[in-house]
Amino acid sequence: MSDLAIELKGIDKSFGAVHANKNINLRVHKGTIHGIIGENGAGKSTLMSILYGFYQADRGDIMVNGAKVTIRDPNVAIASGIGMVHQHFMLVDNFSVLENVMLGAEENAILNRGIINARAELKRLEDEYALEVDPDAIIEELPVGLQQRVEILKALYRGAEILILDEPTGVLTPPEADHLFRILEQLRDQGKTIILITHKLREIMAITDEVSVMRRGEIVATRDTAKTSVEELAELMVGRRVLLRVEKGEAHPQDVKLAVSGLTVRDNRGVVMVDDVSFDIKAGEIVGIAGVAGNGQSELLESITGIRHAERGTVMLDGDPVDVSGNADATELRKRGLAHVPEDRHHMGLVLSFEENENAMLGYHYDEAYLNGPMLNLDNIRKSAEKSVEKYDIRPPDVRLKTANFSGGNQQKIVLAREMERDPVVLVIGQPTRGVDVGAIEFIHKRIIEMRDAGKAVLLVSVELDEIRALSDRILVMFAGRIVGERLPDATEGELGLLMAGVEENQEAAQ
Amino acid sequence: MDYFHIAIVTLESTIRLSVPIILAALAGLFSERSGVFDIGLEGKMLAAAFAGGAVGAVYESAFLGLLAAIAVSTSLALVHAFASITQRGNQIVSGVAINFIALGATVILGQSWFRQGGRTPQLSGNGRFDTVTLPFADTLANVPVLGPIYANLISGHFLLTYFAFAMVPITWWILYRTRFGLRLRAVGENPGAVDTAGISVTRMRYMAVICCGILCGFAGAYLSMAVGAGFVKGMTAGKGFIALAALIFAKWKPVNVMLACLLFGFLDAMAILMQGRPLPLIGEVPVQFMQALPYILTVILLAGFIGKAIPPKAGGVPYVKER
Amino acid sequence: MSAPYAKLPAWVEYGLIPLINLAVAFLVAGLVVLIVGESPLKAASLLVQGAFGYGEGLGFTLYYATNFIFAGLAVSVAFHCGLFNIGGEGQAYIGGLGVALVCLWLDGVMPWFITFPIALLGASLFGAAWAFIPGYLQAKRGSHVVITTIMFNFIASSLMVYMLVEVVKPLGSMAPQTRTFLEGGQLPRLDWLLSIFGFDIGGAPFNLSFIVALVAAFFVWLLIWRTRLGFEIRTMGASPSAARYAGIKQSRIIIITMMISGALAGMMALNPIMGDQHRLQLDFVAGAGFVGIAVALMGRSHPVGIIPAAILFGMLYQGGAEISFEMPNISRDMITIIQGLVILFAGALEHMFRPAIITFFATIRGARAAPQATEAGE
Repeated sequence: MSDLAIELKGIDKSFGAVHANKNINLRVHKGTIHGIIGENGAGKSTLMSILYGFYQADRGDIMVNGAKVTIRDPNVAIASGIGMVHQHFMLVDNFSVLENVMLGAEENAILNRGIINARAELKRLEDEYALEVDPDAIIEELPVGLQQRVEILKALYRGAEILILDEPTGVLTPPEADHLFRILEQLRDQGKTIILITHKLREIMAITDEVSVMRRGEIVATRDTAKTSVEELAELMVGRRVLLRVEKGEAHPQDVKLAVSGLTVRDNRGVVMVDDVSFDIKAGEIVGIAGVAGNGQSELLESITGIRHAERGTVMLDGDPVDVSGNADATELRKRGLAHVPEDRHHMGLVLSFEENENAMLGYHYDEAYLNGPMLNLDNIRKSAEKSVEKYDIRPPDVRLKTANFSGGNQQKIVLAREMERDPVVLVIGQPTRGVDVGAIEFIHKRIIEMRDAGKAVLLVSVELDEIRALSDRILVMFAGRIVGERLPDATEGELGLLMAGVEENQEAAQ
Repeated sequence: MDYFHIAIVTLESTIRLSVPIILAALAGLFSERSGVFDIGLEGKMLAAAFAGGAVGAVYESAFLGLLAAIAVSTSLALVHAFASITQRGNQIVSGVAINFIALGATVILGQSWFRQGGRTPQLSGNGRFDTVTLPFADTLANVPVLGPIYANLISGHFLLTYFAFAMVPITWWILYRTRFGLRLRAVGENPGAVDTAGISVTRMRYMAVICCGILCGFAGAYLSMAVGAGFVKGMTAGKGFIALAALIFAKWKPVNVMLACLLFGFLDAMAILMQGRPLPLIGEVPVQFMQALPYILTVILLAGFIGKAIPPKAGGVPYVKER
Repeated sequence: MSAPYAKLPAWVEYGLIPLINLAVAFLVAGLVVLIVGESPLKAASLLVQGAFGYGEGLGFTLYYATNFIFAGLAVSVAFHCGLFNIGGEGQAYIGGLGVALVCLWLDGVMPWFITFPIALLGASLFGAAWAFIPGYLQAKRGSHVVITTIMFNFIASSLMVYMLVEVVKPLGSMAPQTRTFLEGGQLPRLDWLLSIFGFDIGGAPFNLSFIVALVAAFFVWLLIWRTRLGFEIRTMGASPSAARYAGIKQSRIIIITMMISGALAGMMALNPIMGDQHRLQLDFVAGAGFVGIAVALMGRSHPVGIIPAAILFGMLYQGGAEISFEMPNISRDMITIIQGLVILFAGALEHMFRPAIITFFATIRGARAAPQATEAGE
């Protein structure tokens, strides 16, 4: 018998034009914790969904315990001894723990005996792995950490020997995460194989035996955790990209235009995502927020722009407060000079079924230049759209075209043109070049610098470290909802990478 | 005036009026608990009533009529399933469509086959369901208080009536004590959990919608072959929507469904009884107000003023695998 | 993966696919005609003949179409905001009360051209008020508008029975209806309009409401595509998150849209009440509010589509009545079936034929580009 629990050979998967997994080869040894690390969108979750039978690979083989298995659906995966704890729990909220554990593994058509057996088996598992949880508790009344424990129990109940955990600590508090790690170590010591997917370097170093690094759909390296370092992994994860160079002169910061103080924000699940964040941005400077995706940047942006409710803290725009109750009048904020390029242009920044010229005024449709009383002034709307189409070189130059038919880069330019051309006081930009082609990136970067030189205060959030370094005058690093350091753009990639991974957090705080 | 007698009569008609809405609301419960909204209960019931009336009349067999009612209602349920599960169409739109198709088709086919202005021939003998007299009902009828209750309230109903009330605990049992029920409830709350557990979401939802079709078949058969002796154009007269209201009012729970239906049935019975009779203290209550009360109560409940009706979480949303 | 939304030429998207859906609905309806033992082709020709072949038929066709234009507009305005207003029937019924009250009040003292605008206002106000409650409950309490509007149809029905039986019925009368309006409460017929084209409408109640419906259609077009409010309604309907980002007040838009929708449904009452029966009767809406759903789906929620769709259904209503003389097996209930089939195929199953059509177009393109396609094999 092989000592490999899982072996993937040449797995390849595309979704339309997106090549999510490219020729993946991966070997996971039995009785180990194998980490898979990579940035968001590196293809980790897709790979694990293939292993669990949620998707079928376009090419490649999966070997479980040395034997080739065709995993058509989750049933095959379960039968092969693979269990999965999903990032978003696959639990029925108004079911009891017992019902959730039984679902899909009920023994008989009538539950009676099944329930008794399941209860006994659950008790045995709880004892064996020290995974205590009340079998009659209702899921939605349990804290997140316990819900996750139910997910683990579900997998064990089905006889899983190989356990995949997808970003398991994303929703946990630090003590809960530590507890999870102790459980995982114990499971390993009892012979289970564990695959841990994460983007947090610290977790990899703390608990795994081996680690594979994924970047842009490929596995770029596999290392013994004991023989690697955070620095090496950080570099492998981010990759040595061609350094972006943007011509930019010295910044001339003036008065403070955006002042954030003590801002604390929870996400929809109640987890604190922004934790007591404070910073200022002056007219004529670009402040970049670096960080691995999911460390609170999105929530920060949304609360500054009045879309998301902040629990505590204040935001001052040009000396006057912004309503951060989550009920801000977005129109009022725009009038006061707060321009916002949202992170997710498909979901927020644009209405894809609208014509280009309609999106070119979205949010500014109160502007009298666009109106004749209650009527739209189509001539002006289209003329103004044509102007920005020309200035921003949006292609095809057709303001009547449906927005869905523009490429990603051109869609982004539509949003940028709209938000930049109104002489804002503060410009808040999230992920300016996500999904944007190379040609457009350069253009967008130039425009952002021009905005700075025109005296705007610019807040830039991006998961692309290169972009942050190329554009920012100051860099704030965000980790686990907090600003863990401020650096100048000449800081090395390694230094920033460590801050982003939360490694130097303690030293920083100690100083 | 004999208040006791009036009470017995009112309650007796409450039961009679509740039966079709209990069956239809339980039908809706199966479908909606699996995540498929169904506003086509009315249409399925109507088509079933027609099929039952027609087949019952032609073959002079209530049993064959019932089978036909179930078959027709289930076929319409399958159309709804195909549109809303397989084609991921809008469940509301599909339900509306089925209501109209049934409304029109029953009249057109009825007229073409029987030429009685959309009615089916009067059912008699074996074509219609008989009432069941329970043992000793006649002998005990004269016992004070308990006698009339046993003889008139408990005994003397159609088999379908007993079936409808039996379906309440049976539905509860299926929902909470069987594998099918566990999966059905799960698929309406979080289809992702069902899918990752290796169960087909599509299969589960189809089965639930078929259950809905079968029960609507019974409801329709009750109307045309038990309380009625034949199909009459539009004979459901909004009962499918009352059932929908009862289902919401019952917060999608089987025993609550029965209570809500009895309440709505009682209001209906009272409306008939009170016509033209003033109530003490309140005076005369317009019969139309009584008729509208189930809907008014449901709206008030929906608005969250008395408790909150929370529908199954995945209701109305076609399942698409997440990335 | 995203096959249902693959890009197709506009004429396929907005022309071919709706036509195919419609054709299938009529094919199935033809099947029903066959089942009852009649010839679908003969039925179709009788239908067209009965609806358009002579002046009175045409008059009736357009009279029915008037109702359906209003009802279709009402449904489509709500659709644009992502709301499904099934309550057109009830809103029209209550709208009728508005018309009747104005007419009973003014018909003896004012000429029709004074009564008419006030009655129009009454109809819109009553209809809007009836739609306001479901709109408010959706916006502020999250109660699903589909369910509440269904409930409100029934409540409206009970309320109107009460009003007709107990309140507005003249003393001593048995029939649950108002008195017949005097001349000041009667809309003029449009016989002159059709006589231009050489038709004599005879007894058909084709009246001024038709013009009002066309004007309403124009205003709906103006509202949805040419006003700031319409822009906000469409943004809300297409992407609630983008609406939030854009500073659009969601509750306000939901409530306003429902009220506009209700007002349009209410205006429908003008046609049968002031234009035809000259009194308020039980059940005068007779399902026209529901036909609006089919009309809106078929007309793709655009006035330019709604008007022909409404005329088509007007034709079915009028022609259907005519057919029943010649074909006793086919009554006006046939239209209810067709209405259901149109809703099914143009609504719930609208994407059914799309994959096949996409494959079809891909094959054509593939055949044209065959030499290059081979290298992509494997």
